Amino acid sequence: MSAVRDIESVPGRKQVQVGGLAASFRPRSVLVPVICLVLLVLVAALNIGRGSSDIALLDVLRTLAGGGDRAETGIIFDLRLPRTLAGVLVGAAFGLAGALFQTVARNPLASPDILGITWGAGVGAVSVIVLGGSAGQVSGMVAELGVPLAGLAGGLLAGLLLYALAWRRGLDSYRMVLVGIGLAAIGNNVVYWLLTVGDVDDATRATTWIVGNLAAVGWEALGPLALALALLVPVTIAGVHTLGGLQFGDDTARGLGIRVDGARATLLLLAAALAAVATAVAGPITFVALATPQIALRLVRSPQPPIVGSMVLGGLLTVSADLAVRTVTPGLPVGVLTAILGAPYLIFLFLRTRKEARA
Amino acid sequence: MTTPRLQAEHVRLGYDERIVVDGLNLDVADESVTVIIGPNGCGKSTLLRGMGRLLRPRSGSVLLDGKRIDRLPTKDVAKAVGVLPQTPSAPAGLTVADLVARGRQPHQHWYRQWSSGDEEAVAHALSVTGMSAYADRAVDELSGGQRQRAWISMTLAQETSLLLLDEPITYLDLAHQVDVLDLVHRLHTERGTTVVMVLHDLNLAARYADTLVAMHDGAVVSRGTPDEVLTEDLLSDVFGLDAKVVSDPVAGTPLVLPISAHLRDEL
Repeated sequence: MSAVRDIESVPGRKQVQVGGLAASFRPRSVLVPVICLVLLVLVAALNIGRGSSDIALLDVLRTLAGGGDRAETGIIFDLRLPRTLAGVLVGAAFGLAGALFQTVARNPLASPDILGITWGAGVGAVSVIVLGGSAGQVSGMVAELGVPLAGLAGGLLAGLLLYALAWRRGLDSYRMVLVGIGLAAIGNNVVYWLLTVGDVDDATRATTWIVGNLAAVGWEALGPLALALALLVPVTIAGVHTLGGLQFGDDTARGLGIRVDGARATLLLLAAALAAVATAVAGPITFVALATPQIALRLVRSPQPPIVGSMVLGGLLTVSADLAVRTVTPGLPVGVLTAILGAPYLIFLFLRTRKEARA
Repeated sequence: MTTPRLQAEHVRLGYDERIVVDGLNLDVADESVTVIIGPNGCGKSTLLRGMGRLLRPRSGSVLLDGKRIDRLPTKDVAKAVGVLPQTPSAPAGLTVADLVARGRQPHQHWYRQWSSGDEEAVAHALSVTGMSAYADRAVDELSGGQRQRAWISMTLAQETSLLLLDEPITYLDLAHQVDVLDLVHRLHTERGTTVVMVLHDLNLAARYADTLVAMHDGAVVSRGTPDEVLTEDLLSDVFGLDAKVVSDPVAGTPLVLPISAHLRDEL
């Protein structure tokens, strides 16, 4: 190396130096998640306050901080918190799963709900409920562990199927979307069929597996979800630098020393697992995994869907949708609203992709 | 004789059922500039992809410093060999600085994702190619020449002592073609970088190469100095081109002057 190095930092980028470590600082990549997090706390508190007897926002915040009276503490912690907490965790899981799918497939259409992963998880979970005995009212060990585990298995199986069927001398992104849409249609219909033959008499439970619902979530369902997130999120964040290289063509990524096929398979399975555990808790809340990464990407102005940003925004979007549905038409599941939002968004994506293809 | 930097030994390369390169041998000497020439579809890019372990040989092997490249950790290879594919693609909206920063991938770990060394390497790669002023611009909004230089910057940020470039000057105007090749030449003379590249322009190939390799139908038909390789017979055999070869008045290297059909009767 004989060339003299007189320039120290990349022009146009602010740099932060802490000891020997340096990072290119993008204000937005910190600001956006922080603002979203503040909004998330507010929306979550509003959502907790809503119910048969409304509790004021400040009282909710005070109670969450540990300073509420006994009646409010009981209502909030025993009855209302699980629903909102589930919204946050499920939303974060969907947001992260969507970000992984879209980066690995290099396609904004790729998300666990479009590609059938969510429906695979749904088939797994509903099978246990229906085949596990008294339909719709599984209890005890089977409900606590069996449903999430079956959901996880179903989602992973759908992920493996997707990977195997979309494989042709490497993972073809376009083929993956087409295969995924097919898998989603099959999974979707298997869920309907299971609900029909299984004679699920609890209507709320049945709708959960068709549109996604947070109303029925209790503390017992949150444990497995939190555990899964605690395991999967750190692994994903450690692999983020690989993710950056995967957004290029296969040759470029291989040239950068990435084991392209292995990295893709691992990240897709991680994403499928995240989407599956989320679905096992709240059913297929569509649109969140599809739209969150793209919105986060535009807010942060990063070259690929941001990991942390997608998670926080996913939680915010899910809880906001839940709050909106409960305010406007109480009793309707959150998945109805997200499904309504999802349709025009999908059309927008299709139109934009076509425009880009022509340009 | 010392071990060649990069070596293809009886490699057979292909896609699905189609074999493109069969039983090819090629040595690349350390600190040399090797240019591969040959007609379209003769297997130049396939060979380059094979030598850069982007494509696994069906049989035979590629050796980097005497060791089988497919048995070395791919990250270690990426620290030694930089590959610029023929038509690289970047996601829409990616900035030049972000693209070039990706070249640091092989030097990063899950526990240390960006260091001041990375920052310096990126800044240096940008300045060498004259792209510092474009660091904030989106790659897909650049002109063809700027985009090519951005991709070369990324390959340079990887800080490898061996570069494999697949048609690095296609789509560039002549001035930019010379710019890129001058840059390659400078890397070679200043840092001793070993370069293997595929070029279509025979005259520029002759001017910048230490060794020319002519390929035809997946095989090496001639290898040597530009003077040895670029002969009228070879042009006729390999390219089916009727041409006159004279001495380049600027560089003294062979200069290929094709004899066009409408001129043939007049000569």
